[in-house]
Amino acid sequence: MQLSGAEIVVRCLQEEGVEHVFGYPGGAVLFLYDELFKQDKVKHVLVRHEQAAVHAADAYSRSTDKVGVALVTSGPGVTNAVTGIATAYMDSIPMVILTGQVPTHAIGEDAFQECDTVGITRPCVKHNFLVKDIKDLAVTIKKAFYIASTGRPGPVVVDIPKDLTATKAEFEYPKTISMRSYNPVVKGHAGQIKKAAKLLLEAKRPMIYTGGGVILGDASAELAQLVRALGFPCTNTLMGLGGYPATDTQNLGMLGMHGTYEANMAMQHCDVLLAVGARFDDRVIGNPKHFFEEPRQIIHIDIDPASISKRVKVDVPVVGNVRDVLKELMRQIEAARSGPDKVALKSWWTQIEQWRSRDCLKYDRSSSIIKPQFVVETLYKVTKGEAFVTSDVGQHQMWAAQFYKFDKPRRWINSGGLGTMGVGLPYAMGVQLAHPKATVACVTGEASVQMCIQELSTCKQYRLPIKMINLNNRYMGMVRQWQEFFHGNRYSESYMDALPDFVRLAEAYGHVGMRIEKPADVEPALKEAFARKKELVFMDFLTDQTENVFPMVPGGKGLSEMILV
Amino acid sequence: MRHIISVLLENEAGALSRVAGLFSARGYNIESLTVAPTEDATLSRMTIVTSGSDEIIEQINKQLNKLVDVVKVIDLSEGDHIERELMLVKVRAVGKDREEMKRMADIFRGRIIDVTDKDYTVELTGPGSKLDAFLKAMDPAAILETVRTGASGIGRGDRVLKV
Repeated sequence: MQLSGAEIVVRCLQEEGVEHVFGYPGGAVLFLYDELFKQDKVKHVLVRHEQAAVHAADAYSRSTDKVGVALVTSGPGVTNAVTGIATAYMDSIPMVILTGQVPTHAIGEDAFQECDTVGITRPCVKHNFLVKDIKDLAVTIKKAFYIASTGRPGPVVVDIPKDLTATKAEFEYPKTISMRSYNPVVKGHAGQIKKAAKLLLEAKRPMIYTGGGVILGDASAELAQLVRALGFPCTNTLMGLGGYPATDTQNLGMLGMHGTYEANMAMQHCDVLLAVGARFDDRVIGNPKHFFEEPRQIIHIDIDPASISKRVKVDVPVVGNVRDVLKELMRQIEAARSGPDKVALKSWWTQIEQWRSRDCLKYDRSSSIIKPQFVVETLYKVTKGEAFVTSDVGQHQMWAAQFYKFDKPRRWINSGGLGTMGVGLPYAMGVQLAHPKATVACVTGEASVQMCIQELSTCKQYRLPIKMINLNNRYMGMVRQWQEFFHGNRYSESYMDALPDFVRLAEAYGHVGMRIEKPADVEPALKEAFARKKELVFMDFLTDQTENVFPMVPGGKGLSEMILV
Repeated sequence: MRHIISVLLENEAGALSRVAGLFSARGYNIESLTVAPTEDATLSRMTIVTSGSDEIIEQINKQLNKLVDVVKVIDLSEGDHIERELMLVKVRAVGKDREEMKRMADIFRGRIIDVTDKDYTVELTGPGSKLDAFLKAMDPAAILETVRTGASGIGRGDRVLKV
C-alpha cells in the first residue's frame, strides 16, 4: 500500500507499540502532526518547550522499560531539544527523537528554521540519521528503535525532511533488523565469570558497587540474589539507587561525593571490588590516584567495553548484559566447593558497622527552621516509600538521594551524568503519564524549578496530579555550598532576589499552592497534599539557607577524605 | 607511542565526521587520517595515525568500535605491517640544480611527474620517515611546495582486514 512519509512515521510508531509521543509542532512537522490528528493509537503530549518534551520522554523510559519518543520541529525545535538529548545520552536512556528538517532541496541553503541537526546532535546521541530517501524511512525508524534499546542504550535522532513526509511510498515495517556494523555483546565470557567467582569467594574485605546499568538492564532481582547469597556489603551510585533495596542492612547507602561514610570507607578499603553496570566516574570515586593507594582486585561487569578500564584499570573485565552475567556468576558461586570466608567477612562487617555508627547523615532535628533533610524524610514517611521521585539538580537532589529509601528500581528519576537543572518537573510528567495511578513527587529547588516552570501548564492540560516539593532556600544551594567551602564565603551570583510567589504562581497555572514555613507543619502539609489525589500541589517549603550536604568528598580528593558534620 | 589504526566503516555521509568528532571530543591526537572507498563500494577504509599511552590507545580502539558506522577496527602496529605514504614535492630546478634535483629524486626512487623550465614536481612513496629524509636532504630554499597523503597501512602476510 502506498502511504505518505507522515503516515509511514505514524505507522512505524504504532508498530513499535509507542503509546505516548512528547512533542511540539512546527513548520517542518506539519504533515506528521496531521497524521497524528487522524488516529488515536499514539497519544501526543503537547509540552510548552521542546526541552521538556525530551525530558518527559526520557523519564517515561526511565520509569518503564520502554523507548521514550519525542517529536520536534526543525531549527529551534532541535536546538531546544539538545539539552534533553544530551541528558539522556549521559545516562544511557533509550530514546528515539524524531526531528523535522527543511525540505531536501533546501538543505544547506540556510533556509528558514534550518539547522544541521545531525551535526549538532552527533556528539550527544548514540547514533543519528538524516533520511534522504522515502524508501529508507521505515527501515531507518526500525534501526533507530533497535539501536536505542540494545547494547548500552541511548538516544537516537531521526531527522526527516519535510518533503519526505508528503511523498508517497510503499510501506512495509521490517520485522527484524540486522546491521553488520552493530552487534552488541550480550553474553559474558564464561571464563571471565569463573575468574570473578573465584576472586569473590577468596575475598576478605569484599564490596559490591552497582550503578545505573543494573536499573537499565533490569537486573535488580539477580543482583539481590547474589548480594544475599554472598552476604557482602553493597552500595549504589546515584544512578543505581533502587537497584538493591535501600532498607536492607547489607546496603551501605549511596557512595561518592555525597555518599555515606560507610559506603565510601568500604569502597576505599575493600580488597575485592565487584562493579556492576557502573563506570567509576569522578563523582563516584573521587581522585583515581588516591583510590589506587589501597591495593584491591577489581571485577567490572558492563555491557559497554569502552566503560571498562576507562578511568580505573580493572583486573577481571566482563563484557555483557548485567542480568545474564549476574545469573551466570550466581550459578558459578553456587557450584563452588566452598562459600565466602565467613570469619574474614565477620570482622569486615564489624569494621563496617563501626563506620556506620558514625551516623554521617545526622542533622539538627530540633531546629526551628525547616531542615531540607526533614522534608525528604517526612516525604518518605508520608508516601510509605512507594512514590516515584524525580529531582532536579543540586543540594535537594542529594538530600532526596540520601533520605528517600528506594527499595525498587526505576523509582528514582534524576539527571546523574549531565546534571541538568530543570529536569524535575518534565521528568515527573513523563513518569505520571507512564504510571497514571502512581504517586509522583518532584523534589526540586527554587532555582532548578524555574528552568522548566512553564510545564505547569502542560500538567494542567493533562491533569497530572504531581506533587512538587520545592525546597526553597533562596540560593542556588550547591553553588552556595561550594562558595562557602572553597571560595571564601563569596556568594557570587548564587542568591536569587525577586523570586516569584510560588503559591500564587501555581494558582495562576490552575493548581494548588501551599507555603510551609515551620517544621511542625511539614508532615500535616504533606499529608494534605498527597490526599489531593487529582490535583497538582506545589509545596513551597521555606528551608534553612545555611544547610549543607554532608558527607562531602571535595573535588580532587580521595573517597576517604570526606568532610563530615 | 605511535599507532597506526585501520578502520572499515560504512561508506555513508557523515561517517568521517563521526570519527573526526570522536577524536576531537575526547582529546585524542590525529597525526594523519586518510579515507577512501574500498573494492566493496559500500565500505570505506580509513587509516589513522595517532599516539598515546597504552590506556589511551585501548580507549581509542573501543570508542571506534562503538561507533555504529564502524564495521571493523584493527591496530596495525600490534603486528607486522607495511606502511606507505605518497608525497608530491615541487622543487626549484634551474641551471645546475636541474641535474642535482633529478639525481636526488633517483636516489630516493622518486619520479619526476611534471616539468617546467623552472621547476620539477617529484612523486615519492614510502614510509613517512623516508619522505622526511628526502625533505631533510633538500636545500629548504629549493622546496616550493609539498603535499602528503598521510599514511596508509596494511598487515603483512595473512593479516587481512575484511568483512
